[in-house]
Order: sequence, then C-alpha cells, then structure tokens
Amino acid sequence: MSRAEILERLNEIFCEVFDDATLNISEETSAADIEDWDSMEQISILMACEKMFQIKFDIEEASMLVCVGDIVTLIENKIC
Amino acid sequence: MRELECPFDAEAIMLKKKQLKRKLLAEEKTVRIKKKIAVLGGQTTRDIILVMELFLLNYGIEPEFYESEFNQFYQDAMFPNEQLEAFQPDIIYFCTTNRNIKKFPTLRKSPGEIEIMLENEFSVYRQMWERVAAVYQCPVIQNNFELPLYRLLGNRDAYDVHGFTHYVNRLNAMFAEYAGTHKNIYLCDLQYLSADYGIRSWSDPFYWHMYKYAVAVPAIPFLAHNVANIIKSIFGKNKKGFVLDLDNTLWGGIVGDDGPENLKIGAEESTGQAYSEFQRYLKAHTDLGIVLTVNSKNDMENALAGIRHPDNILKEEDFTIIKANWNSKDQNFRDIAAELNVLPESLIFVDDNPAERMMVTEQIEGVRAPEIDDVVHYGIMIDRSGFFEVTSISEDDLKRNEMYRNNAERIRQQAKFADYGEYLASLEMKARITAFEPICFARIAQLTNKSNQFNLTTRRYTQYEIEELANSPEHITLCGKLEDKFGDNGIVSLMIGRIEKDVCHVELWLMSCRILKRDMECAMLDQLVRKCRERNISQILGYYYPTAKNKMVEQLYSDMSFAKISENEKNETVWEMDLRKGYLEKNRYIKVEEEK
Repeated sequence: MSRAEILERLNEIFCEVFDDATLNISEETSAADIEDWDSMEQISILMACEKMFQIKFDIEEASMLVCVGDIVTLIENKIC
Repeated sequence: MRELECPFDAEAIMLKKKQLKRKLLAEEKTVRIKKKIAVLGGQTTRDIILVMELFLLNYGIEPEFYESEFNQFYQDAMFPNEQLEAFQPDIIYFCTTNRNIKKFPTLRKSPGEIEIMLENEFSVYRQMWERVAAVYQCPVIQNNFELPLYRLLGNRDAYDVHGFTHYVNRLNAMFAEYAGTHKNIYLCDLQYLSADYGIRSWSDPFYWHMYKYAVAVPAIPFLAHNVANIIKSIFGKNKKGFVLDLDNTLWGGIVGDDGPENLKIGAEESTGQAYSEFQRYLKAHTDLGIVLTVNSKNDMENALAGIRHPDNILKEEDFTIIKANWNSKDQNFRDIAAELNVLPESLIFVDDNPAERMMVTEQIEGVRAPEIDDVVHYGIMIDRSGFFEVTSISEDDLKRNEMYRNNAERIRQQAKFADYGEYLASLEMKARITAFEPICFARIAQLTNKSNQFNLTTRRYTQYEIEELANSPEHITLCGKLEDKFGDNGIVSLMIGRIEKDVCHVELWLMSCRILKRDMECAMLDQLVRKCRERNISQILGYYYPTAKNKMVEQLYSDMSFAKISENEKNETVWEMDLRKGYLEKNRYIKVEEEK
C-alpha cells in the first residue's frame, strides 16, 4: 500500500472521528490544524487505525506521533 | 438508536461518538428530562462522559456534566467547592478504580496492620459519601473495584490476608455492606463488568500509562452503558414488561404444526433444557413486578395447548395477557399495551423472528426488541441490555404484577356495563389523600420524573426536593392513593401548591395514566380546595405548560371550571379559580379517606 493510499484511508478515519466530511488532511496536518484534535481524540484515531490496518501500536510508538505523516510512516512500516 | 442497543459495537461507538451525538440531538420528537451529573474521577474521564452522554440521550435524559480535574475526586468531594455547589448536581458519580487504592498489603505487614489499612482505605470513601450526602443531597453512584491484574501470590492471592485480590474483595464487601444499608447510594459493579469483559483486556495497562485511563478505552462503552442504566433507573425510566412470542421463543418447535407433545421444552434433551433455562430467567422477573404477556400468531387453542405443556416453567397464570390470533404482531402489541394501560415503549418485544421484530419496532416508536438468535443466548441478550436495572425495590414494585392483572380485569368488566358511571360505581373505589409522607418520598420523586402525559407542568424533582417541599410551611403537598375492588393501585396522583399570601399556585399536578377517567383528578382537586380553605386562601392559580406528550390535559383546568387568564407565545396558559365564589365538590365515585 502506498503512502498516498494510506493517507486516503486515514482521511476517512479523520472524517469519522471529527464528524466532518469535508476534512482533507495531508501528511503535514497536525493537531494545530484541527481544532478538536487533542490527546484524547488521538486515542480514537489510533484505535481506528489499529482496526482498519489490522495492526497494534505500542506505547513508545503511540507517544511519538506528532503529525499525520508520522502516522502514515508508522503504518507503512508495520504493513509493508 | 440501534448503535446504542445491546449488543453494541463498542469500537464503532468510540469512533463515531460525535456523529452519534449529532444524530441523537436531531431527534426532535424526543422529550428529554434534564439532569446534572457530576463525575468525580480517579482516572481520565473525558471519553467516559462523552459516551455516557450518548446512552443517556438515547434514554431520554439530557445530561449536563461537571467533570473533576484529573484524580481530584477526593478533593472535590471533601472540601468546599463553589463551582460544584453552584452546579447543584442531580447525581454524583465517583469513577474510581483499583488504581486509586492508596496502600497495598504486603507480606511484611501483619494481619492487624492490614486490617487497619483496610479500615483507613474504606473510611476515605465513607467520608466522601457522608459529606456529599449532607452537602449535595443527591443520589451517589460509586464504582466498586475491579480485581487486580497481577496476583503476586497466585491462587493464594484470593484467600491470604496479604493478597491484593483478597484485599480488593474485602473492600468490595465493605462497599456493598454500606450501599445495601444506606439510601441514595448505588454501586456501579466494576468487579462484574471487568470480569464480564475480561480483566486482562479491561485493565490493559497501555491505556493507563498512555492516557491515565484505568479502564481500557475500547471497554469504555460498557462502563458508560452500565452507569447510564443506573441513572435512567433512578429517574424512573426502566422498562415494565415483556411481550413474548411462543414458537421457537419460549419453546422449540411450532405447536400448531408439531403438536404440543413434540415441543422441545424440559429436561429431556439439550434444546429443551435451554428453553427451560430461558423460561426460568423470564419467570424470575415477575418477582420484580415485571409483567409477562404473550403475542403469538397461533389459534388460541393451539397456543394454550403449548402453554399447558407440563414441562413449561412458565404457566398460564404467569401471563397477564395472552394474545394468540392472526392479527399483525404490532396490532397485538398495541392492544397489549392499551390493556395494561402502559406506553408501548415500556414493553420489550421478544421474538425469534427478525421480520416480526422489525415490524413491531418500525411500526411502534421506541419499542426495543433484542436481536436474539440462538436459544442458548436469549437470556444474556436481554440481561446485558439493562432494561430493568433495579435501583430500588419498593412495595409497589412487588405488587405491580397483580396491579396489571387487575387493570386487564377492569377493562374486561367495563365492557359489561351499560353506562360508564355505573361501571365506576361498581369499582368501589377508595382514595387516601395525604401530605407527602417520608415513607413515600422515593416513589413520589420517581413519579415526578416519569409522568409525561397527565402532567400539567412536567416539573421534575429529586427525592431531597420532595423532602424539602414536604417540610415547607409555604407548600401544600398532596399524594393520592387509590384502591378498588380489584386491588390497590398505590400512589397514583400528586399535587404541589405554593402558597403566596392568599393565593395557591399549583406547581405540580400529575396523575398516573393507568387510572385515567376514574374521577381521581376530581378527588385531588376537591382535597386541594379543602386544604386551601383551611388556610383561608381565596384563589387557586393553575398552570399548563405544553410538551410533546401532555396534550391530554390541555383543557383540564377548563373542564374543572377554572377561567383562563393568560396565554403566552409558547401557549403556556394560566388558569384561575376564585374560591370566594364557592366550590362544588366534583368527585362522585370515590370514597375519600380523610387525612389523619
């Protein structure tokens, strides 16, 4: 799966979590860009990723995520 | 909302909680009671609150939350807190877990020291409960403790005083002892919930170290659902009964085709045993005042032949109403509700056929029909839904089944009389109308929270508010009980009048719908007038505030010969009765027992 494909599926998750169908995230998108994105919503995002990509994040990985690109990289490393 | 009904997809709820909330709030027809809930946590509580809100909205309760700062439950409970005091919670929920236990027993401690530790730990909670009971005077929900994730002593952890498992079990027993002997405190059984979910997943330390959640995030909906069940039960929103299909629901096989002798029920073989277990589970509900009825597509003769099968646990007399005919199930369902004199949505539909379930739930708003599939799981599907969460056991509850049976009997009798007055006279009704008495405070508060139809102002009260009103010299309170030859209906009507000089403002007037058209409203007004006269009150002002459900009493004051004096843009009306002009007693059929 390419980074672009991962990003596309991540976008679906973001739309769902923030209940905003118009969201269009990029790899640079970070918590600063989405008003409701805080550490709590991060839980929902990570849970949804784990389910969608059939992977598990450990505590080290979950603590290091800053922007969408970080999540993409992490998923890429786990599924490829 | 399907997404919030058992068995729910917990992960989907966590993911879509924003969207679900938006949809719930968009349901215009739903009338919700507003309640303020203070969540005092020993862990992160944000998602617990967000998800609890969804379940409560779905139960017809619109919550407003106060959330303590992280792990400030003790401080918030024990010290003056202006914000919480101003909030005036209707419920306080202590969301604590075994992560909040301060000291652990170790092998180095003597049994005596461990005993003291236990007392100290318990007294922290006891002090909090005592203080919030005094200051906030509202019901308290308290988590007990989930069993520990680790067992240092292995199996011995459970029975050695040095074991943490043993310690937690003891604490839980102390919590249970307190909650079982004090009013207004309810335990949220974390020990059971976590075991049901699986302690290893429930207490996954990832969520504690990452987010300070002592309950794993994917398990949050189970906790939130459980707390919401307790809250809806406190506010009188439990379900009242079952409407049951027969073939392949209460027994295996189809009585009309297979013949009663070939039904699968009883100890002879596995399937029959499973149906027996399910019948036993249903029958146990009747002790709680939960009513059982039958809605079956069958000839009555066949249905009864099935019900009379000697191996059934449920006997003919356990069913208050049996409908066996070829009407549509939604039609029968409505008829059953009407005969019991309850709202259809207060009955649970149990049918193995998904098409029938869909028919009923789509045709009748608000009816729940658990998606039962295999008889071995029928019971658990119903059990986990929390339809009948028991927060209090009142005498009325224990008598309720008898009451429903009497209602159905009254309706059958009614058909025999030529004239309605003759029917009412034949009921030999006796009412007892008194001021609010302490023994009834719980039931009175419950009634104010669940009566929607015959309710002029739809004001909701907590038990403490009821107590205050009962003791207030500026208020007249009336609580009416009604008995007839078929039995005791219990408390059926309430009135609260606020006295201001020589005027009585009727702030609450409600009546249970199961005794509509029985002249009880007349008896209540007569009594209010009598009480007003004793106090030299010259004018009674009545108020009608329209809601989606109380249209039936829009003209009540007019029917009672009050004169309308104003109406505002919200169609709220004010009505006047001038007592100086004299008053003719209105009740004709009820013998009223005077207050002692």
